[in-house]
Amino acid sequence: MPIDPNDLYRLRRRPPSEKQLDTGFHWLTVLTASTVAIVLVLILAIVFHGSLESMGLYGWRFLVTSNWNPVDDEYGALTAIYGTMVTSLVSLLIAVPLGVGTAIFITERFIPRPLREMIGLMVELLAAIPSVVLGLWAIFVLEPALRPFLTWLHFTFKDIPLFSTQPLGPGMTPAILVLVVMILPIITAISRDSLNQVPIRLRQAAYGVGSTQWSAILHVILPASISGIVGGVMLALGRAMGETMAVTMIIGNSNNFSWSLLAPGNTIAAMLANQFGEADGSQVSSLMYAAFVLILLTLVVNILAQLIVKRLSLKY
Amino acid sequence: MNSTITQASRPIPDLRYKPTRSRNVFGIALTSIAGLFSLVAVLPLFLVLSYVLYKGASKLSLDLFFLEQPAPGLEVGGISNAIQGSIIVTLIASLLAIPIGIGGGVFLAEYSRNGWFAQFIRFGTNVLSGVPSIIAGVFIYSAIVSTRILFGHAYSAVAGGMALAVLMLPTVIKTTDEGLKLVPDDLRRAALGVGASRFVTTIRITLPKASRSIATGIVLSIARAAGETAPLIFTALYSPWWAEGIFNPVGSLSVLIFKFATMPYEVQNELAWAASFVLVAFILGLNLVARWINTFTSR
Repeated sequence: MPIDPNDLYRLRRRPPSEKQLDTGFHWLTVLTASTVAIVLVLILAIVFHGSLESMGLYGWRFLVTSNWNPVDDEYGALTAIYGTMVTSLVSLLIAVPLGVGTAIFITERFIPRPLREMIGLMVELLAAIPSVVLGLWAIFVLEPALRPFLTWLHFTFKDIPLFSTQPLGPGMTPAILVLVVMILPIITAISRDSLNQVPIRLRQAAYGVGSTQWSAILHVILPASISGIVGGVMLALGRAMGETMAVTMIIGNSNNFSWSLLAPGNTIAAMLANQFGEADGSQVSSLMYAAFVLILLTLVVNILAQLIVKRLSLKY
Repeated sequence: MNSTITQASRPIPDLRYKPTRSRNVFGIALTSIAGLFSLVAVLPLFLVLSYVLYKGASKLSLDLFFLEQPAPGLEVGGISNAIQGSIIVTLIASLLAIPIGIGGGVFLAEYSRNGWFAQFIRFGTNVLSGVPSIIAGVFIYSAIVSTRILFGHAYSAVAGGMALAVLMLPTVIKTTDEGLKLVPDDLRRAALGVGASRFVTTIRITLPKASRSIATGIVLSIARAAGETAPLIFTALYSPWWAEGIFNPVGSLSVLIFKFATMPYEVQNELAWAASFVLVAFILGLNLVARWINTFTSR
């Protein structure tokens, strides 16, 4: 049983000046550590306080109506909430197979190690590109390149509500693709870490009973690392819901509700970035209300992610 | 004798690899899919970087770094106001977040590894790192900007730095915590053995020992902060001129890119690309520095 240094310090007799310095330093670190808690509580309290007026005026109606009209002072955030959920979930749907597939490809021995490390490095660097630069790229490169394909989608699947509008530039689909680019590195990095943590005994046992590389991956290695992967996916979902700049620049910032993925839309974060600086009156409060909804969504997702990693982790 | 005869009479199983077996076909198919996915995953990096390089590098000139941005309609100008503002805001954020973060990390790793308060702070750190960056902006706007708490100033570089600090703080705490946990307890006992106090042990022994992994985390968090836009839009706001002090609005590269990207003028769009090039070069440079520091640690 190793001795805790904490107890050792208590055993020694020390001059009072040293004791005071130590106590002072201890309390200083406690204070700095508490900053985290203070900031978190302040964020929640300030945003909640700011949204009280709008909550009183619109109540639950705010969440299910899509009329965002500063002229008539009538606010409903359905468009932004729908946009937030749809863009983050659809981007997750695309990014999860890509990210987990990439993670498998660079942790299992398909290609030589230097090549694997290079792919890993490149994915990490992708995460370092600022979102505003991705937004710029999306405006000038991605969206024009994508439009012919989206137009084709529209004319082929006109009857499905998701493709019912003609793409006219910025819209939800380019925003979704930019989000994929942004959350892909998170999913890949976390999946890679959890795949690497699977003990070698499990692999050896799988190969020992005659499984191929892929049946070992699918039936042994992936199930063993699933908690980490799901945790990573949840973190990525939180990031996607809160992502602001790239989405603001490419989603079109329209407050007219539309089911269509090809139409311009809005997300809570994008709406805040666009309107918060110039808002006044109950628009500020309504934006705060929307911000509060966003905080709650990301909080729930992040806390779930932490719980999943903690509770679901398999005991090998 | 008998057994060797029966073994020989049994047909020898064919152990060669047969690519047409269904399990092998399945394996090859999945391998190709995974390989394809990896290609798709690294493709955006090349697409974005090459385009930023192509559009931005051609605009590089001394004017870019030394002139203020052009007035609307004019051709000649640079992005020096934004570069200067970015440096100021990132510096303020670092000055706030690094000491507080290291202090918090020291508390978690040195004083209370598993106490309830430490667990709570660790949980809070994870939650805070998941808070969307725009919320940090909204928070600082409501707490600092709209209340004019900073000596009557509203939008200011300090407010922008505070918003960025909120985002940097969790990373600094986490890397300090993890870096310190890797320092062997033997060192702490040895320091105690020669009569060092807790404070001296932490400052002279454990922190220097963990300095490289902490430095890696700090450099990465600075890189992230330098590229953030959302927290700055309504805290540091923007200024088309050189900064007039830290209690006034300042420009920043990221907000410049955001503003200029959507302007209908060619000159401004070109400057947005040039600013992207400068920003991406700076951030990727910092990332490589962090990686370089990190290789020292693992050695």
